Amino acid sequence: MSQWKNFSKGFIKENPVFVLLLGMCPTLGVTSSAINGLGMGLATTFVLVMSNIVVSLVKDFIPDKVRIPSFIVIIAAFVTVVQLAMQAYLPSLYKSLGLFIPLIVVNCIVLGRAEAFASKNNLISSAIDGLGIGLGFSFALVLLGGIREILGSGKIFDITLYSENYVTLLFVLSPGAFIVLGYLIAIINRIKKD
Amino acid sequence: MNYLVIIIAAILVNNIVLMQFLGVCPFLGVSKKLSTAIGMTGAVAFVMVLATIVTYLIQKFVLDKLGLAYLQTIAFILVIASLVQLVEIILKKVSPAMYQALGIFLPLITTNCAILGVAILTIQKEFNLLEGVIYAIANAIGFGLALILFAGIREHLDLQNVPKGLKGIPIALIAAGILAMAFMGFSGIV
Repeated sequence: MSQWKNFSKGFIKENPVFVLLLGMCPTLGVTSSAINGLGMGLATTFVLVMSNIVVSLVKDFIPDKVRIPSFIVIIAAFVTVVQLAMQAYLPSLYKSLGLFIPLIVVNCIVLGRAEAFASKNNLISSAIDGLGIGLGFSFALVLLGGIREILGSGKIFDITLYSENYVTLLFVLSPGAFIVLGYLIAIINRIKKD
Repeated sequence: MNYLVIIIAAILVNNIVLMQFLGVCPFLGVSKKLSTAIGMTGAVAFVMVLATIVTYLIQKFVLDKLGLAYLQTIAFILVIASLVQLVEIILKKVSPAMYQALGIFLPLITTNCAILGVAILTIQKEFNLLEGVIYAIANAIGFGLALILFAGIREHLDLQNVPKGLKGIPIALIAAGILAMAFMGFSGIV
């Protein structure tokens, strides 16, 4: 039961995007469509799970003083793995996510979980925590990307919903990202209160 | 002329925060007051220019020479993290007044994606060192411009009667969206 709570907290209660307001750069930068959001979310989830596992395994051997730099190196290693794998197998997704793949390193969510959770807990709960938070992040990104895609180009996952010619550029471009996220957070705040 | 294009493109057309979404965390985090916004801008400008120079040299003379380009991400983040530490130590010794002003912002800068982003973009765009430095300075100005404008807006927002659900971050994000819309007016200049 407690492992389930550990897993599910990332979706609403401790959602990294809507509640903790972490990792805003990729959230806003890559969500011009739902599929981009999903790709980014899953890439981040992979890095989160793997770095949480490794950090929880080596936590006893790392001196406290060099803790943060060591965590960053571990995270950067997995980001490089994702970067190379995506470049090889999903080149079009890699191209549309662009700069934001290497920037997973500086995503505060990943370092935050390593420091706040994995460095204090055992392997299994750290892995579950990483998976939960990562999927919560993916959920937020897909939701935001989906709304922007529907409003901006009238499509969802590249399936046309109403008309081929429909385009509201504002929602595809950067102002739409800020405005849609603003209203989404307002709605989530409202849901949480009830 | 070429340099002018880089400067205008980086500050106005492809503004690093509002158009490229780099450094959004400090943009939302420290924009509540104008004075902290100015302090953060100073710290970011300082580290951004330094980091771009150092990472450029490392890329050209170490990674490319040894064929280790795939280690770029790891190498750059380590360089930036240690550079921030170094700057902190040196500032503390050399200029306590400046350390007082910028000190609290420095640790935050390691995880500021604008720094790493500009360092990687400088390599991707195949700038030479001088262009890279100009690009970094222009991006720092662009970051400062967006941050200081936004801090001014948020100081006014505090005095307004905002609907309850939108208070705080939601209304700030919507205001940022409108600010980004204003910057869209510059697209097409270069």
